[in-house]
Amino acid sequence: MRIKNLRFGNLWISVTSVILGMLVGAIIMLLSGFNPIENYVSLFTGAVGSPNAIGEVLREATPLILTGLGFAVANSAGFFNIGLAGQALAGWLASVTFALAFPHAPGFILLPGAILAGAIAGALWSGIAGFLRAYFGASEVITTIMLNYVALYATNAIVKGFLAKGDGDYSPTIPVQARLRTPFLEHLTQNSTFHWGILVSLAAVVVVWWLMKKTTLGFEIRAVGMNEDASRYAGMSTKRTIISAMLISGCLAGLGGAMEGLGNFQNIIVNTALPSIGFDGMSVSLLATGSPVGIVLAALLFGMLKIGGLNISIASTTPPEIVDIVIAAVIFFVGANYLIRYLSVKLRRHPRQPEAVASDTQPEAAVAERAAQAEEEGEDTK
Amino acid sequence: MKLSKRIGLIASIAAVGLTLAACGNNNKNAGSAKTTKYSAALVTDGGGVDDKSFNQSGWEGLEAWGKKNGLKKGVGGYNYAQSNSDADFTPNINKLIQAKYQTIFGIGYKLESAIKNAAKANPKTNFVIIDDVIPAKNVASVTFKDNEGAFLAGVAAAKTTKTKKVGFIGGVHSAVIDRFEAGFRQGVAAVDKNISVDVKYANDFSKPDVGQALANAMFNNDEDVIYQAAGGTGAGVFSAAKNQIKKKKVWVIGVDQDQTAEGQYKGGNLTLTSTVKGVGTAMEKLADDAKDGKFPGGKTTVYGLKEKGVSLTKGNLSAAAWKSVQDYQKKIIDGSLKVAEKPSQLNKK
Repeated sequence: MRIKNLRFGNLWISVTSVILGMLVGAIIMLLSGFNPIENYVSLFTGAVGSPNAIGEVLREATPLILTGLGFAVANSAGFFNIGLAGQALAGWLASVTFALAFPHAPGFILLPGAILAGAIAGALWSGIAGFLRAYFGASEVITTIMLNYVALYATNAIVKGFLAKGDGDYSPTIPVQARLRTPFLEHLTQNSTFHWGILVSLAAVVVVWWLMKKTTLGFEIRAVGMNEDASRYAGMSTKRTIISAMLISGCLAGLGGAMEGLGNFQNIIVNTALPSIGFDGMSVSLLATGSPVGIVLAALLFGMLKIGGLNISIASTTPPEIVDIVIAAVIFFVGANYLIRYLSVKLRRHPRQPEAVASDTQPEAAVAERAAQAEEEGEDTK
Repeated sequence: MKLSKRIGLIASIAAVGLTLAACGNNNKNAGSAKTTKYSAALVTDGGGVDDKSFNQSGWEGLEAWGKKNGLKKGVGGYNYAQSNSDADFTPNINKLIQAKYQTIFGIGYKLESAIKNAAKANPKTNFVIIDDVIPAKNVASVTFKDNEGAFLAGVAAAKTTKTKKVGFIGGVHSAVIDRFEAGFRQGVAAVDKNISVDVKYANDFSKPDVGQALANAMFNNDEDVIYQAAGGTGAGVFSAAKNQIKKKKVWVIGVDQDQTAEGQYKGGNLTLTSTVKGVGTAMEKLADDAKDGKFPGGKTTVYGLKEKGVSLTKGNLSAAAWKSVQDYQKKIIDGSLKVAEKPSQLNKK
């Protein structure tokens, strides 16, 4: 009974945080002289109002799920993998290069091969940081940030020097049988960029959940994340675990990049900045506190806000800058729901105190909280 | 913790849906599209319409067109869709199509494949691609002979330099910027073969700090005129020049728009001149054509000096330099002088 109540509490806390975010967004729009209701309607119709919009949202979420999972795996081992963007770029480059290298190979070999190439490239790229961390104690934050730049400029040089035709700064389009976008899906979603990569993302969700919860490696990764010294004392090979966690993380980020290469863009371009799926994936993962199912939902939320947001300034005179602020406000409040949780507990206690004796209610609340904590911890270690 | 969070997230997403659905019922007609024959919109190639360059001049052209025809910004009139990344191109174009914009402009060669696919899927909508060519019945292609404008900038630089040394700062090596470099170098050499041209690239269109460092190095090397074709990076070239001007006379040549305002300093102006790319003028004309039912679909329009698509401002040029510029301009327009498109074509000569 109590647990049910608590869950209901969580539900309304999340509802509140979204509503609060939207209210702050509405105030910003009102202050700048734009109609918030009209704009939220545009956002909503732009995100789920047509098959095309839904297709775009799912496409936007596809790589975010993968980079989000990648961040979560490294994070459970105690690493802050900031290199997701560079690893994704490595995966993007490898998958497109593979697809372009064998233009006449049949699809059932070429497509899995290209996806695998992307995963391996991403894993190798993060593996460098994992190796340096395991054997030399080099901070993965610094090495992955620097490797991001190496990946960006090396990829640009390779695209311009080897893949692009003439003076262009983009590679040719990959062969038809390697594309994740198909005429069937385009027809289904009114020419959106939706592609089959969503299946890869969902499969990765299951695999990561299974890996982290049901395997020895997953247990070791989490153990190292909690206390590296204790894990070593318990007889685990921390070096191996560190490298494994970084390899898996980079592999997932590389898959995310492959989705952009084989699905969204179907080629590779000279990028002036790192792909945004890296940092957005970090936000997605942190928003979902690392839970695989939560990552799917957070990625969908990101996709809805990003794609729906584009519609606001198309349907009205609101400038895109205001839209970006509003969207950031919504994400901020969803991320900061801890604050609302804290406030709601405070607010709920106060009206009660005059009715009952203080010594009576407070232990009850404490017990409820402790029970909830026990439940959470039980889940975490199961 | 995990499960409760999960449920929380489901709830939050459901909440977004419910709240918005509720709003939707109350205001069903608020955002619905009105169809008119004359609506037009552009999609930026990254960044906003205030980039003091390409996107901005395109947007100014579309705004001028809209005002001339008594249209309002928004659905049924004229508008722009900002692309925050390359992944936004296709969603932006599709959203504009759904909002029933009749003519859609892709600003820049980066939108080539997105416009090509959209044009195939939406044969009744007019598309325009700037700086690239798409062979399709409902696409009008517009390219600019940037090299011709850059040639005149080279002439202006050569006629102005006292040290016989000038500089060129490019954004990123690409077909478009190659035209600027080739034209500029050829223009300088046409006036005086002994003037050296120092060519440097920032490898980025949005790093003013790199532009400033490159420009400082050039000024310290006694180069007294710099032509920048580097988008946002070019702002750094202007700030470097403003520091140098306290010690010695230096000049900057602006790009894409008349950049006189960028060169303003206490006691004068250091913008020698600017090469102007008439993206706005071209767009205004195409939008007019589309309105009159004469949309040049399937055709490529090339804008050079002759078509007044590119030009050089008089700026602070001396009378002698300006006369020389006009002499060369005549030769280019009547076809007796050909301007190279790639730096590699210069080396062969």
